[in-house]
Amino acid sequence: MTSDVFEPGIQSGRLSPAEYQAQFSDLHPPLDAHEALVAADRCYFCHDAPCITACPTDIDIPLFIRQIATGTPDAAAKTILSQNIMGGMCARVCPTETLCEQACVREKAEGKPVLIGQLQRYATDHLQAQGVHPFVRAAPTGKTVAVVGAGPAGLSCAHRLAMLGHDVVIHDARPKPGGLNEYGIAAYKTPGGFAQAEVDWLMQIGGITFKHDSALGRDLNLEKLKAEYDAVFLGVGLGGVNALGAEGEDKQGVSDAVDFIAELRQAGDLAALPIGRDVVVIGGGMTAVDAAVQAKLLGALNVTLVYRRGRDRMNASVFEQDLAASKGVRIVTHAVPLAVHGNGTVREIEFEYVDDAMKGTGQTLKLPADQVFKAIGQTLEGEGMPDLEGRKIKVDGSGRTSVAGIWAGGDCASGGDDLTVTAVAEGRDAAMDIHMALTK
Amino acid sequence: MADLTTDFIGIKSPNPFWLASAPPTDKEYNVRRAFEAGWGGVVWKTLGSEGPPVVNVNGPRYGAIYGADRRLLGLNNIELITDRDLFTNLEEIKRVKADYPDRAIIVSIMVPCEEQAWKAILPLVEDTGADGIELNFGCPHGMSERGMGAAVGQVPEYIEMVTRWCKLYYSKPVIVKLTPNITDIRKPAAAARAGGADAVSLINTINSITSVNLDTMSPEPSIDGKGSHGGYCGPAVKPIAMSMVSEIARGEDTHGMPISGIGGITTWRDAAEFITLGCGNVQVCTAAMTYGFKIVQEMISGLSEWMDSKGHTSIEDFRGAAVPNVTDWNQLNLNYIAKAKINQDLCISCGRCFAACEDTSHQAIAMSDDRTFSVIDAECVACNLCVNVCPVEDCITMETMAPGATDPRTGKVVQPDYANWTTHPNNPSATAAE
Repeated sequence: MTSDVFEPGIQSGRLSPAEYQAQFSDLHPPLDAHEALVAADRCYFCHDAPCITACPTDIDIPLFIRQIATGTPDAAAKTILSQNIMGGMCARVCPTETLCEQACVREKAEGKPVLIGQLQRYATDHLQAQGVHPFVRAAPTGKTVAVVGAGPAGLSCAHRLAMLGHDVVIHDARPKPGGLNEYGIAAYKTPGGFAQAEVDWLMQIGGITFKHDSALGRDLNLEKLKAEYDAVFLGVGLGGVNALGAEGEDKQGVSDAVDFIAELRQAGDLAALPIGRDVVVIGGGMTAVDAAVQAKLLGALNVTLVYRRGRDRMNASVFEQDLAASKGVRIVTHAVPLAVHGNGTVREIEFEYVDDAMKGTGQTLKLPADQVFKAIGQTLEGEGMPDLEGRKIKVDGSGRTSVAGIWAGGDCASGGDDLTVTAVAEGRDAAMDIHMALTK
Repeated sequence: MADLTTDFIGIKSPNPFWLASAPPTDKEYNVRRAFEAGWGGVVWKTLGSEGPPVVNVNGPRYGAIYGADRRLLGLNNIELITDRDLFTNLEEIKRVKADYPDRAIIVSIMVPCEEQAWKAILPLVEDTGADGIELNFGCPHGMSERGMGAAVGQVPEYIEMVTRWCKLYYSKPVIVKLTPNITDIRKPAAAARAGGADAVSLINTINSITSVNLDTMSPEPSIDGKGSHGGYCGPAVKPIAMSMVSEIARGEDTHGMPISGIGGITTWRDAAEFITLGCGNVQVCTAAMTYGFKIVQEMISGLSEWMDSKGHTSIEDFRGAAVPNVTDWNQLNLNYIAKAKINQDLCISCGRCFAACEDTSHQAIAMSDDRTFSVIDAECVACNLCVNVCPVEDCITMETMAPGATDPRTGKVVQPDYANWTTHPNNPSATAAE
């Protein structure tokens, strides 16, 4: 430990270069061939397997694991990718402990599920490392679809449409495609530039044009897109950020966790990225955990994650909570922010403890803080959207919105968890429906 | 993309994977679901003569042996031929065949060894539109006690006779299914050929008792305290089946006979191996009974991927490719010398190779105080036991010694030329003792 970790304020270079390297390496090192065979051997090839039902993209998990077990990992990869074109990323970021692996019968039998996520990564890495793209485009249909948002939903939709023979133009507000895969997920979950590599691999299908720095509302409008294209798919995600509603929220040092994560993901040199000594993250979801853990990994001395409800209500899975705890993040529950104190710059943040009904107890907690990250949820941005349901675009089971010719999926659309894998499923299913609509 | 379609004795199917005649193919419901799952063909469970069908036991019909983690390695059964009415079966076969014209349906038949019995059933089967028949000369339990099944398959003259009747009263291909419960598999195969059979299929199940209940002293499966030998199948029998297939594939009187390979086929690789030994297709039962019909999807994708990787565009490209390399022991090259080699990076220091070699072989592995295991070339005869017991794939390999090098075990220089038992100077007898 260098003395730099004790330095107060938001400082860069708290760690040695070697420490940064080690901190941000792969969270789960990939399985080698022997480990993959041993792990695959545990699969029972269940009938109508519960793991498939638990997967939002319905990957035929027993089949792909058997394909690994019989020495054909590329066939396994095709089984995965035919259902989920971002199977590589999902293998890295899916909360498998609440999805396929929770449903695994060996979880029930022995408390140890088959390592489905890691096996999925083994298979998809095996294929993608060869640069092989296993799908080919159908004959051109002459139709062109606009996809707004190059995140998991948009890319999944675009790939399926391209495969079915349509031309696709993807617009994204950011300079790079990938959406949250590129800008919003903890670096240690997808090291080595995997997000871009996966997009490049996906684009090999052909027929997809990517237009960067092309934002809805700024550079594009929905009416025009609708007029120019045969169909429009909205996968714009949730661009807005909820406010704390606490006094002093505008003080220096208080920022959005999503911006911090994006900055970290785009940083060429992690040592140049400043971090506070005493960091407080407010929220209980994946973004909160990703921000808290990465703050710790960047060398923050004290990181506290504060959530307004109990641990059981946190959107971050138990695995994520345990990961945070194992990295030294302190988790405080049942506390809501009252005020951010400091003279222009945050010095401490005050919370009030609340009961399970969110009723104030009158008891307060003050945490020293030189940096505060807000991770209390994102919201849909944009004017003139199709009808909403709650705060998201209302869609039916096929992704159709209230406006004919416009589909939506991913975090911006109603229904489903805000997970990468859900977005991929919704993008794919909307593409199938768009295809039906365009070819009938 | 490799073409998996097969034309086996004129019977076409979209892939070489057929379900063998057994419980999975006993009725329309199963067979339709099997076809939907992707199977290329089925051999319908054995039909008997018109009249009251056989009666099965009403207790356990199967016994099993397991590997680690309760993996089913061997299964035996004491079930008889179909216990459903002949005409019900025939109607179902006709309906399914009409709905799945691209899939192969073969009808397995077992009737008494009398010409009249065959003459009676064959036109009925012909009328179903099925693609061919398979003569069940293999079933080792129950039916054999009534002079059918293996009781016929163990007498080549009967095989030839019945095959002749079938060729006489039936116009489509006739496959003779062989029992392995015989000393020399080439004899019944040759008899089938002499009788005009279009192909043989093998192996049927092997006489077996899987276990004995040590409380009741009854063999399993136990019917009211008694057990009978049943037919053994599953992954455990594959080596026996492949040896028998290879004997037919290279036998003087049998080579060139179309073979439908059966015996423990569980993965695409098993199927590929049977095909390299000359089989035109394969039949599967235990794998489906263990894992369900869906198992065929892995077989199809795996075989296809392997064929692509080897540049094979059709099954015929590699069918029989291993047959020329199956030989008698006395033709093996005694100048070929290999040594075991342990990859220290992969070794997990379990010491199983050491135990095997030190206790039961040639004391050719050294163990250090820090549990490093290494091969002593001066002792190693390359027996392969260490490779076989090692839990890590490819950790121990057999490395061929180059000609010109000196074998530290014998002190002799490795010779480049081929020398087998009949020519090797070390061997005292150049010819076998008669």
